[in-house]
Amino acid sequence: MRIVCPFCGERELGEFTYLGDAKPVRPVAGASEDEVFDYVYLRDNVAGATSEYWYHGGGCRAWLKVARNTLTHEISSVEPALGAGAARVGA
Amino acid sequence: MKYSIFSLARAALSGHKNWQRTWRDATPKDHYDVVIIGGGGHGLATAWFLASEYGIKNVAVLEKGWIGSGNAGRNTTIIRSNYGLPGNTGFYELSMKLWERMEQDLNYNAMVSQRGVVNLYHSDAQRDAYARRGNTMRINGIDAELLDLTAVKKMMPFLNFDNARFPVQGGLLQRRGGTARHDAVVWGYAHAASALGVDIIQNCEVTGFVRDANGKVTGVETSRGKIGAGKVGMAVAGSSSRVAAMAGLRLPIESHVLQAFVSEAIKPLLPNVMTFGAGHFYVSQSDKGGLVFGGDIDGYNSYAQRGNMPVMEDVCEGGMALMPMIGRVRLLRQWGGIMDMSMDGSPIIDKSPVDGLYLNAGWCYGGFKATPGSGFVFAHLLARDTPHEEAAKFRLDRFRRGAMIDEKGQGAQPNLH
Repeated sequence: MRIVCPFCGERELGEFTYLGDAKPVRPVAGASEDEVFDYVYLRDNVAGATSEYWYHGGGCRAWLKVARNTLTHEISSVEPALGAGAARVGA
Repeated sequence: MKYSIFSLARAALSGHKNWQRTWRDATPKDHYDVVIIGGGGHGLATAWFLASEYGIKNVAVLEKGWIGSGNAGRNTTIIRSNYGLPGNTGFYELSMKLWERMEQDLNYNAMVSQRGVVNLYHSDAQRDAYARRGNTMRINGIDAELLDLTAVKKMMPFLNFDNARFPVQGGLLQRRGGTARHDAVVWGYAHAASALGVDIIQNCEVTGFVRDANGKVTGVETSRGKIGAGKVGMAVAGSSSRVAAMAGLRLPIESHVLQAFVSEAIKPLLPNVMTFGAGHFYVSQSDKGGLVFGGDIDGYNSYAQRGNMPVMEDVCEGGMALMPMIGRVRLLRQWGGIMDMSMDGSPIIDKSPVDGLYLNAGWCYGGFKATPGSGFVFAHLLARDTPHEEAAKFRLDRFRRGAMIDEKGQGAQPNLH
Protein backbone atom coordinates (compact mmCIF):
# COMPACT_ATOMS: atom_id res chain seq x y z
CA MET A 1 0.00 0.00 0.00
CA ARG A 2 1.39 3.38 -1.04
CA ILE A 3 -0.34 6.71 -0.62
CA VAL A 4 -0.23 9.47 -3.21
CA CYS A 5 0.03 12.58 -1.05
CA PRO A 6 -1.46 15.59 -2.86
CA PHE A 7 1.52 17.66 -1.70
CA CYS A 8 4.44 15.21 -1.89
CA GLY A 9 3.46 12.63 -4.49
CA GLU A 10 3.52 8.86 -4.05
CA ARG A 11 5.16 7.84 -0.78
CA GLU A 12 5.64 4.61 1.12
CA LEU A 13 3.26 3.70 3.92
CA GLY A 14 5.85 4.08 6.70
CA GLU A 15 5.71 7.87 6.32
CA PHE A 16 2.05 7.96 7.32
CA THR A 17 0.21 7.56 10.61
CA TYR A 18 -3.36 6.39 10.83
CA LEU A 19 -6.05 8.09 12.87
CA GLY A 20 -9.15 6.21 11.73
CA ASP A 21 -12.62 6.58 10.29
CA ALA A 22 -13.30 10.13 9.07
CA LYS A 23 -17.03 9.79 9.65
CA PRO A 24 -17.38 10.46 13.40
CA VAL A 25 -17.79 14.19 14.04
CA ARG A 26 -16.81 15.62 17.40
CA PRO A 27 -20.02 16.56 19.23
CA VAL A 28 -20.61 20.19 20.13
CA ALA A 29 -19.91 21.32 23.69
CA GLY A 30 -22.90 20.44 25.82
CA ALA A 31 -23.85 17.44 23.66
CA SER A 32 -25.61 14.59 25.41
CA GLU A 33 -23.72 11.71 27.00
CA ASP A 34 -25.08 9.38 24.31
CA GLU A 35 -23.63 11.51 21.53
CA VAL A 36 -20.23 11.68 23.20
CA PHE A 37 -20.24 7.93 23.90
CA ASP A 38 -21.11 7.23 20.30
CA TYR A 39 -18.34 9.53 19.02
CA VAL A 40 -15.62 8.19 21.32
CA TYR A 41 -16.40 4.47 21.35
CA LEU A 42 -18.69 3.19 18.62
CA ARG A 43 -17.48 2.53 15.08
CA ASP A 44 -19.12 1.41 11.84
CA ASN A 45 -15.95 -0.62 11.16
CA VAL A 46 -16.89 -0.86 7.50
CA ALA A 47 -15.83 -3.82 5.38
CA GLY A 48 -15.48 -2.13 2.01
CA ALA A 49 -15.21 1.47 0.84
CA THR A 50 -14.50 3.91 3.65
CA SER A 51 -13.04 7.35 4.23
CA GLU A 52 -10.37 7.89 6.85
CA TYR A 53 -7.78 10.30 8.21
CA TRP A 54 -4.05 9.74 7.72
CA TYR A 55 -1.22 12.04 8.83
CA HIS A 56 1.83 12.49 6.61
CA GLY A 57 4.34 12.81 9.46
CA GLY A 58 7.27 11.67 7.33
CA GLY A 59 6.58 14.30 4.67
CA CYS A 60 4.53 17.49 4.54
CA ARG A 61 2.92 16.84 7.94
CA ALA A 62 -0.53 17.46 6.49
CA TRP A 63 -3.66 15.61 7.51
CA LEU A 64 -5.16 13.73 4.60
CA LYS A 65 -8.57 12.28 3.93
CA VAL A 66 -8.09 8.98 2.17
CA ALA A 67 -10.84 6.95 0.47
CA ARG A 68 -9.78 3.33 0.83
CA ASN A 69 -11.31 -0.11 0.61
CA THR A 70 -10.72 -2.14 3.78
CA LEU A 71 -11.28 -5.43 1.93
CA THR A 72 -8.65 -4.82 -0.76
CA HIS A 73 -6.51 -1.90 0.58
CA GLU A 74 -7.22 -0.13 -2.72
CA ILE A 75 -7.03 3.66 -2.42
CA SER A 76 -9.42 5.58 -4.68
CA SER A 77 -8.71 9.17 -3.65
CA VAL A 78 -6.52 11.25 -1.35
CA GLU A 79 -7.49 14.79 -0.45
CA PRO A 80 -6.10 17.31 1.99
CA ALA A 81 -8.15 17.31 5.15
CA LEU A 82 -9.36 20.65 6.41
CA GLY A 83 -6.61 22.17 8.50
CA ALA A 84 -3.28 23.88 8.44
CA GLY A 85 -1.69 21.80 5.67
CA ALA A 86 -4.65 22.23 3.37
CA ALA A 87 -4.99 25.94 4.11
CA ARG A 88 -1.36 26.56 3.24
CA VAL A 89 -1.76 25.49 -0.37
CA GLY A 90 -5.23 26.91 -0.70
CA ALA A 91 -6.86 23.48 -1.08
CA MET B 1 -12.79 -42.73 18.75
CA LYS B 2 -10.61 -42.79 21.84
CA TYR B 3 -6.92 -42.03 21.45
CA SER B 4 -4.38 -43.91 23.54
CA ILE B 5 -1.09 -45.77 23.26
CA PHE B 6 -3.14 -48.82 22.22
CA SER B 7 -4.99 -47.01 19.42
CA LEU B 8 -1.63 -45.71 18.22
CA ALA B 9 -0.13 -49.21 18.27
CA ARG B 10 -3.14 -50.68 16.44
CA ALA B 11 -2.95 -47.99 13.79
CA ALA B 12 0.80 -48.46 13.43
CA LEU B 13 0.35 -52.20 12.87
CA SER B 14 -2.06 -51.50 10.03
CA GLY B 15 0.28 -48.98 8.44
CA HIS B 16 -1.66 -45.95 9.72
CA LYS B 17 -4.27 -46.57 7.04
CA ASN B 18 -7.27 -47.00 9.33
CA TRP B 19 -7.45 -43.78 11.29
CA GLN B 20 -11.05 -42.67 11.62
CA ARG B 21 -12.24 -39.13 11.07
CA THR B 22 -11.93 -37.40 14.43
CA TRP B 23 -15.19 -35.42 14.29
CA ARG B 24 -18.48 -35.53 12.39
CA ASP B 25 -19.05 -33.10 9.53
CA ALA B 26 -22.73 -32.52 10.25
CA THR B 27 -25.60 -31.24 8.14
CA PRO B 28 -27.82 -28.61 9.76
CA LYS B 29 -30.98 -29.55 11.67
CA ASP B 30 -33.98 -27.23 11.84
CA HIS B 31 -33.43 -26.11 15.39
CA TYR B 32 -30.80 -26.11 18.14
CA ASP B 33 -30.86 -24.95 21.75
CA VAL B 34 -27.72 -22.95 21.07
CA VAL B 35 -26.20 -21.94 17.76
CA ILE B 36 -22.63 -20.68 17.84
CA ILE B 37 -21.42 -18.62 14.91
CA GLY B 38 -17.75 -19.22 14.21
CA GLY B 39 -15.90 -22.54 14.10
CA GLY B 40 -12.62 -21.31 15.47
CA GLY B 41 -11.04 -22.23 18.77
CA HIS B 42 -13.37 -20.04 20.82
CA GLY B 43 -16.56 -21.24 19.15
CA LEU B 44 -15.65 -24.92 19.36
CA ALA B 45 -14.42 -24.58 22.95
CA THR B 46 -17.72 -22.90 23.83
CA ALA B 47 -19.66 -25.79 22.29
CA TRP B 48 -17.58 -28.36 24.14
CA PHE B 49 -17.99 -26.62 27.52
CA LEU B 50 -21.74 -26.23 26.89
CA ALA B 51 -22.00 -29.98 26.30
CA SER B 52 -19.54 -31.19 28.95
CA GLU B 53 -19.96 -28.68 31.81
CA TYR B 54 -23.46 -27.35 31.33
CA GLY B 55 -25.28 -30.35 29.86
CA ILE B 56 -26.48 -28.49 26.76
CA LYS B 57 -25.80 -30.89 23.92
CA ASN B 58 -28.24 -29.74 21.27
CA VAL B 59 -25.67 -27.29 19.93
CA ALA B 60 -24.45 -26.33 16.46
CA VAL B 61 -21.25 -24.57 15.51
CA LEU B 62 -21.56 -22.79 12.17
CA GLU B 63 -18.41 -22.08 10.21
CA LYS B 64 -18.25 -20.04 7.01
CA GLY B 65 -15.22 -21.93 5.67
CA TRP B 66 -13.54 -24.87 7.32
CA ILE B 67 -12.97 -25.03 11.06
CA GLY B 68 -9.84 -23.22 12.18
CA SER B 69 -9.56 -21.31 8.91
CA GLY B 70 -9.67 -17.89 10.56
CA ASN B 71 -7.53 -16.58 13.37
CA ALA B 72 -7.21 -20.00 14.99
CA GLY B 73 -4.91 -20.86 12.09
CA ARG B 74 -3.14 -17.51 11.95
CA ASN B 75 -1.72 -16.87 15.40
CA THR B 76 1.72 -17.34 16.96
CA THR B 77 0.49 -20.11 19.31
CA ILE B 78 1.59 -18.46 22.55
CA ILE B 79 -0.14 -19.22 25.84
CA ARG B 80 0.47 -17.20 29.03
CA SER B 81 -1.35 -15.49 31.90
CA ASN B 82 0.92 -12.54 32.67
CA TYR B 83 -1.70 -9.81 32.76
CA GLY B 84 -1.72 -6.98 35.27
CA LEU B 85 -5.23 -5.58 35.61
CA PRO B 86 -8.19 -6.87 37.61
CA GLY B 87 -10.56 -8.56 35.18
CA ASN B 88 -7.75 -9.83 32.99
CA THR B 89 -5.52 -11.42 35.64
CA GLY B 90 -8.03 -13.96 36.92
CA PHE B 91 -9.52 -14.70 33.54
CA TYR B 92 -6.24 -15.49 31.79
CA GLU B 93 -5.13 -17.63 34.73
CA LEU B 94 -8.40 -19.57 34.47
CA SER B 95 -7.54 -20.09 30.84
CA MET B 96 -3.96 -21.13 31.71
CA LYS B 97 -5.27 -23.75 34.15
CA LEU B 98 -7.58 -25.08 31.46
CA TRP B 99 -4.64 -25.33 29.04
CA GLU B 100 -2.86 -27.46 31.61
CA ARG B 101 -5.61 -30.08 31.63
CA MET B 102 -6.94 -29.65 28.11
CA GLU B 103 -5.31 -32.69 26.53
CA GLN B 104 -6.65 -35.02 29.21
CA ASP B 105 -10.08 -33.36 29.10
CA LEU B 106 -10.32 -33.64 25.33
CA ASN B 107 -8.39 -36.90 24.83
CA TYR B 108 -6.41 -35.08 22.16
CA ASN B 109 -2.75 -34.17 21.86
CA ALA B 110 -2.67 -30.39 21.47
CA MET B 111 1.10 -30.30 22.02
CA VAL B 112 0.75 -27.94 24.97
CA SER B 113 4.31 -27.06 25.84
CA GLN B 114 5.00 -25.10 29.02
CA ARG B 115 8.41 -23.95 27.91
CA GLY B 116 8.15 -20.57 29.63
CA VAL B 117 7.55 -17.02 28.43
CA VAL B 118 10.27 -14.41 29.04
CA ASN B 119 9.59 -10.70 28.57
CA LEU B 120 12.95 -8.95 28.36
CA TYR B 121 13.48 -5.55 29.96
CA HIS B 122 15.99 -2.98 28.79
CA SER B 123 15.91 -0.13 31.31
CA ASP B 124 15.53 0.46 35.03
CA ALA B 125 12.05 1.83 34.51
CA GLN B 126 10.99 -1.21 32.53
CA ARG B 127 12.45 -3.52 35.19
CA ASP B 128 10.32 -1.73 37.80
CA ALA B 129 7.22 -2.06 35.63
CA TYR B 130 7.88 -5.78 35.11
CA ALA B 131 8.59 -6.30 38.81
CA ARG B 132 5.22 -4.72 39.52
CA ARG B 133 3.51 -6.91 36.97
CA GLY B 134 5.23 -9.99 38.38
CA ASN B 135 4.12 -9.05 41.89
CA THR B 136 0.57 -8.54 40.66
CA MET B 137 0.66 -12.00 39.15
CA ARG B 138 2.07 -13.57 42.31
CA ILE B 139 -0.47 -12.07 44.67
CA ASN B 140 -3.09 -13.52 42.33
CA GLY B 141 -1.55 -16.96 42.62
CA ILE B 142 0.17 -16.92 39.21
CA ASP B 143 3.81 -17.90 38.81
CA ALA B 144 6.25 -15.13 37.93
CA GLU B 145 9.99 -14.70 38.36
CA LEU B 146 12.05 -11.59 37.79
CA LEU B 147 15.31 -12.58 36.13
CA ASP B 148 18.48 -10.53 36.31
CA LEU B 149 21.01 -10.29 33.51
CA THR B 150 23.01 -13.31 34.70
CA ALA B 151 19.92 -15.51 34.66
CA VAL B 152 18.91 -14.34 31.17
CA LYS B 153 22.46 -14.93 29.89
CA LYS B 154 22.37 -18.45 31.24
CA MET B 155 18.99 -19.16 29.69
CA MET B 156 19.62 -17.49 26.32
CA PRO B 157 23.35 -17.05 25.77
CA PHE B 158 22.81 -16.33 22.07
CA LEU B 159 21.11 -12.95 22.59
CA ASN B 160 22.90 -9.76 21.66
CA PHE B 161 24.04 -8.42 25.04
CA ASP B 162 26.13 -5.66 23.45
CA ASN B 163 23.19 -3.58 22.25
CA ALA B 164 24.18 -0.13 23.56
CA ARG B 165 20.85 1.50 22.80
CA PHE B 166 18.60 -1.20 24.30
CA PRO B 167 20.80 -3.32 26.58
CA VAL B 168 19.18 -6.51 27.88
CA GLN B 169 19.01 -6.07 31.66
CA GLY B 170 16.86 -9.04 32.57
CA GLY B 171 13.38 -10.41 32.08
CA LEU B 172 10.08 -11.39 33.61
CA LEU B 173 9.56 -15.13 33.34
CA GLN B 174 6.35 -17.11 33.54
CA ARG B 175 7.49 -20.73 33.51
CA ARG B 176 3.97 -22.11 33.04
CA GLY B 177 3.53 -20.11 29.84
CA GLY B 178 4.54 -21.56 26.49
CA THR B 179 2.96 -22.68 23.25
CA ALA B 180 0.28 -25.04 21.95
CA ARG B 181 -0.33 -26.46 18.50
CA HIS B 182 -3.04 -24.17 17.14
CA ASP B 183 -4.65 -26.59 14.67
CA ALA B 184 -4.69 -29.39 17.22
CA VAL B 185 -6.53 -27.10 19.63
CA VAL B 186 -9.26 -26.63 17.02
CA TRP B 187 -9.38 -30.31 16.12
CA GLY B 188 -9.26 -31.34 19.78
CA TYR B 189 -12.30 -29.27 20.71
CA ALA B 190 -14.08 -30.42 17.53
CA HIS B 191 -13.23 -34.04 18.39
CA ALA B 192 -14.51 -33.84 21.95
CA ALA B 193 -17.55 -31.66 21.19
CA SER B 194 -18.61 -33.84 18.28
CA ALA B 195 -18.39 -36.93 20.48
CA LEU B 196 -20.87 -35.31 22.88
CA GLY B 197 -23.35 -34.65 20.05
CA VAL B 198 -22.44 -31.13 18.97
CA ASP B 199 -23.06 -30.54 15.25
CA ILE B 200 -20.10 -28.93 13.49
CA ILE B 201 -21.36 -27.45 10.24
CA GLN B 202 -18.81 -26.17 7.74
CA ASN B 203 -19.28 -24.04 4.63
CA CYS B 204 -22.25 -22.47 6.36
CA GLU B 205 -22.10 -18.70 6.28
CA VAL B 206 -24.51 -16.73 8.45
CA THR B 207 -26.20 -14.11 6.30
CA GLY B 208 -28.75 -12.70 8.72
CA PHE B 209 -30.65 -13.14 11.96
CA VAL B 210 -34.20 -14.39 12.32
CA ARG B 211 -36.12 -12.18 14.76
CA ASP B 212 -39.57 -12.57 16.29
CA ALA B 213 -42.15 -9.81 16.74
CA ASN B 214 -40.38 -8.57 19.89
CA GLY B 215 -37.02 -8.39 18.14
CA LYS B 216 -35.67 -11.47 19.90
CA VAL B 217 -33.21 -13.48 17.85
CA THR B 218 -34.77 -16.89 17.21
CA GLY B 219 -32.39 -18.23 14.61
CA VAL B 220 -30.03 -17.46 11.79
CA GLU B 221 -30.27 -17.28 8.02
CA THR B 222 -27.38 -19.12 6.46
CA SER B 223 -26.02 -20.16 3.09
CA ARG B 224 -27.39 -23.61 3.99
CA GLY B 225 -30.85 -22.43 4.94
CA LYS B 226 -32.62 -21.16 8.02
CA ILE B 227 -31.59 -22.62 11.38
CA GLY B 228 -33.69 -21.97 14.47
CA ALA B 229 -31.99 -21.35 17.81
CA GLY B 230 -32.93 -20.84 21.44
CA LYS B 231 -29.85 -18.66 21.77
CA VAL B 232 -27.22 -17.48 19.33
CA GLY B 233 -23.62 -16.88 20.39
CA MET B 234 -21.12 -15.02 18.22
CA ALA B 235 -17.47 -16.07 18.34
CA VAL B 236 -16.26 -14.45 15.13
CA ALA B 237 -13.46 -12.17 16.32
CA GLY B 238 -12.14 -10.16 13.39
CA SER B 239 -15.61 -9.99 11.86
CA SER B 240 -17.66 -9.18 14.97
CA SER B 241 -18.72 -5.77 13.67
CA ARG B 242 -19.96 -7.30 10.40
CA VAL B 243 -21.99 -10.02 12.07
CA ALA B 244 -23.33 -7.67 14.78
CA ALA B 245 -24.37 -5.21 12.06
CA MET B 246 -26.80 -7.86 10.77
CA ALA B 247 -28.58 -7.45 14.09
CA GLY B 248 -28.40 -3.66 13.88
CA LEU B 249 -25.61 -3.31 16.44
CA ARG B 250 -22.54 -1.07 16.38
CA LEU B 251 -19.65 -2.23 18.53
CA PRO B 252 -16.70 -0.48 20.22
CA ILE B 253 -14.40 -2.41 17.90
CA GLU B 254 -12.23 -1.81 14.83
CA SER B 255 -10.87 -4.61 12.64
CA HIS B 256 -7.13 -4.49 12.08
CA VAL B 257 -4.61 -6.76 10.40
CA LEU B 258 -1.88 -8.48 12.39
CA GLN B 259 0.93 -10.21 10.54
CA ALA B 260 2.86 -13.26 11.67
CA PHE B 261 5.94 -14.91 10.25
CA VAL B 262 7.78 -18.18 10.20
CA SER B 263 11.37 -18.72 9.16
CA GLU B 264 12.89 -21.75 7.50
CA ALA B 265 13.68 -24.52 9.98
CA ILE B 266 16.87 -24.25 11.98
CA LYS B 267 18.37 -26.47 14.68
CA PRO B 268 16.91 -26.13 18.21
CA LEU B 269 17.79 -22.66 19.44
CA LEU B 270 15.08 -20.95 21.44
CA PRO B 271 14.25 -22.70 24.72
CA ASN B 272 11.12 -20.65 25.35
CA VAL B 273 8.87 -17.87 24.13
CA MET B 274 10.74 -14.59 24.22
CA THR B 275 9.68 -10.97 23.74
CA PHE B 276 11.78 -7.90 23.01
CA GLY B 277 10.89 -5.13 25.45
CA ALA B 278 12.25 -2.21 23.45
CA GLY B 279 10.22 -2.87 20.33
CA HIS B 280 7.37 -5.17 19.48
CA PHE B 281 8.76 -8.60 18.67
CA TYR B 282 7.82 -11.98 20.11
CA VAL B 283 9.21 -15.30 19.01
CA SER B 284 9.21 -19.01 19.72
CA GLN B 285 10.56 -21.98 17.82
CA SER B 286 8.18 -24.58 16.51
CA ASP B 287 8.89 -28.28 16.87
CA LYS B 288 9.61 -28.33 13.15
CA GLY B 289 12.40 -25.82 13.77
CA GLY B 290 10.96 -22.65 12.27
CA LEU B 291 11.10 -19.42 14.22
CA VAL B 292 7.50 -18.27 14.65
CA PHE B 293 7.31 -14.57 15.32
CA GLY B 294 5.25 -11.44 15.14
CA GLY B 295 5.00 -7.82 16.23
CA ASP B 296 2.54 -4.97 16.06
CA ILE B 297 -0.65 -4.74 14.07
CA ASP B 298 -0.29 -2.75 10.85
CA GLY B 299 -2.33 0.06 12.37
CA TYR B 300 -5.06 0.74 9.82
CA ASN B 301 -8.52 -0.81 9.54
CA SER B 302 -8.45 -3.89 7.36
CA TYR B 303 -10.39 -7.02 6.52
CA ALA B 304 -7.87 -8.09 3.88
CA GLN B 305 -5.99 -10.81 5.83
CA ARG B 306 -2.70 -9.47 4.51
CA GLY B 307 -0.41 -6.69 5.67
CA ASN B 308 2.22 -4.36 4.35
CA MET B 309 5.98 -3.92 4.33
CA PRO B 310 6.63 -1.30 7.06
CA VAL B 311 5.48 -3.61 9.85
CA MET B 312 7.33 -6.55 8.32
CA GLU B 313 10.51 -4.46 8.37
CA ASP B 314 9.88 -3.28 11.92
CA VAL B 315 9.30 -6.81 13.19
CA CYS B 316 12.42 -8.15 11.50
CA GLU B 317 14.46 -5.25 12.88
CA GLY B 318 13.25 -6.17 16.36
CA GLY B 319 14.40 -9.73 15.80
CA MET B 320 17.77 -8.60 14.49
CA ALA B 321 18.28 -6.31 17.49
CA LEU B 322 18.00 -9.31 19.80
CA MET B 323 19.43 -12.11 17.68
CA PRO B 324 21.77 -10.76 14.96
CA MET B 325 22.70 -14.31 14.01
CA ILE B 326 19.27 -14.93 12.47
CA GLY B 327 20.05 -12.32 9.79
CA ARG B 328 20.79 -14.98 7.19
CA VAL B 329 17.85 -17.19 8.08
CA ARG B 330 15.26 -16.89 5.36
CA LEU B 331 11.65 -16.01 5.93
CA LEU B 332 9.56 -18.97 4.88
CA ARG B 333 6.03 -17.67 5.17
CA GLN B 334 4.18 -14.58 6.25
CA TRP B 335 0.44 -14.08 6.68
CA GLY B 336 -2.16 -11.79 8.18
CA GLY B 337 -5.20 -12.26 10.37
CA ILE B 338 -7.99 -9.84 11.22
CA MET B 339 -8.19 -8.73 14.84
CA ASP B 340 -11.17 -7.33 16.74
CA MET B 341 -9.35 -4.34 18.24
CA SER B 342 -11.56 -3.12 21.07
CA MET B 343 -11.52 0.37 22.49
CA ASP B 344 -9.61 -0.61 25.64
CA GLY B 345 -7.64 -3.60 24.39
CA SER B 346 -9.70 -6.14 26.35
CA PRO B 347 -12.39 -8.58 25.25
CA ILE B 348 -16.17 -8.37 25.44
CA ILE B 349 -18.12 -11.41 26.64
CA ASP B 350 -21.66 -10.39 27.35
CA LYS B 351 -25.28 -10.51 26.35
CA SER B 352 -25.85 -8.13 23.48
CA PRO B 353 -28.57 -5.48 23.62
CA VAL B 354 -30.54 -7.75 21.26
CA ASP B 355 -32.43 -10.45 23.15
CA GLY B 356 -31.19 -13.94 22.33
CA LEU B 357 -27.84 -12.78 20.88
CA TYR B 358 -24.63 -13.18 22.89
CA LEU B 359 -21.24 -11.62 22.18
CA ASN B 360 -17.76 -13.08 22.42
CA ALA B 361 -15.63 -10.43 20.75
CA GLY B 362 -12.86 -7.86 21.00
CA TRP B 363 -9.93 -10.22 21.54
CA CYS B 364 -7.45 -7.79 20.02
CA TYR B 365 -4.39 -9.88 19.27
CA GLY B 366 -4.52 -12.00 22.39
CA GLY B 367 -7.26 -14.43 21.51
CA PHE B 368 -5.36 -17.68 21.12
CA LYS B 369 -4.16 -17.98 24.73
CA ALA B 370 -7.71 -17.24 25.84
CA THR B 371 -9.27 -20.10 23.85
CA PRO B 372 -10.18 -22.49 26.70
CA GLY B 373 -11.08 -19.74 29.17
CA SER B 374 -13.16 -17.94 26.58
CA GLY B 375 -15.06 -21.11 25.75
CA PHE B 376 -15.67 -21.85 29.41
CA VAL B 377 -17.00 -18.43 30.44
CA PHE B 378 -18.98 -17.98 27.21
CA ALA B 379 -20.62 -21.36 27.74
CA HIS B 380 -21.43 -20.25 31.29
CA LEU B 381 -23.02 -17.05 29.99
CA LEU B 382 -25.05 -18.92 27.36
CA ALA B 383 -26.19 -21.59 29.81
CA ARG B 384 -26.89 -19.45 32.87
CA ASP B 385 -27.59 -16.00 31.40
CA THR B 386 -25.20 -14.46 33.92
CA PRO B 387 -21.51 -13.75 33.41
CA HIS B 388 -18.99 -16.15 34.88
CA GLU B 389 -17.26 -14.51 37.85
CA GLU B 390 -13.91 -14.45 36.03
CA ALA B 391 -15.48 -12.65 33.08
CA ALA B 392 -17.66 -10.30 35.09
CA LYS B 393 -15.66 -7.26 34.00
CA PHE B 394 -15.78 -8.02 30.24
CA ARG B 395 -19.11 -6.29 29.87
CA LEU B 396 -20.21 -4.42 26.78
CA ASP B 397 -21.44 -1.45 28.80
CA ARG B 398 -18.09 -0.89 30.52
CA PHE B 399 -17.18 1.77 27.95
CA ARG B 400 -20.26 3.78 28.82
CA ARG B 401 -19.63 3.29 32.53
CA GLY B 402 -15.96 4.27 32.26
CA ALA B 403 -14.89 0.86 33.59
CA MET B 404 -12.30 0.16 30.91
CA ILE B 405 -9.67 -2.56 31.26
CA ASP B 406 -6.84 -0.80 29.46
CA GLU B 407 -3.58 -2.73 30.06
CA LYS B 408 -1.61 -0.44 27.80
CA GLY B 409 -3.22 2.82 28.93
CA GLN B 410 -3.81 4.04 25.38
CA GLY B 411 -7.44 5.13 25.62
CA ALA B 412 -10.05 4.72 22.91
CA GLN B 413 -7.61 4.37 20.00
CA PRO B 414 -7.81 0.72 18.95
CA ASN B 415 -4.73 0.69 16.71
CA LEU B 416 -2.52 1.59 19.68
CA HIS B 417 -3.53 -1.30 21.93
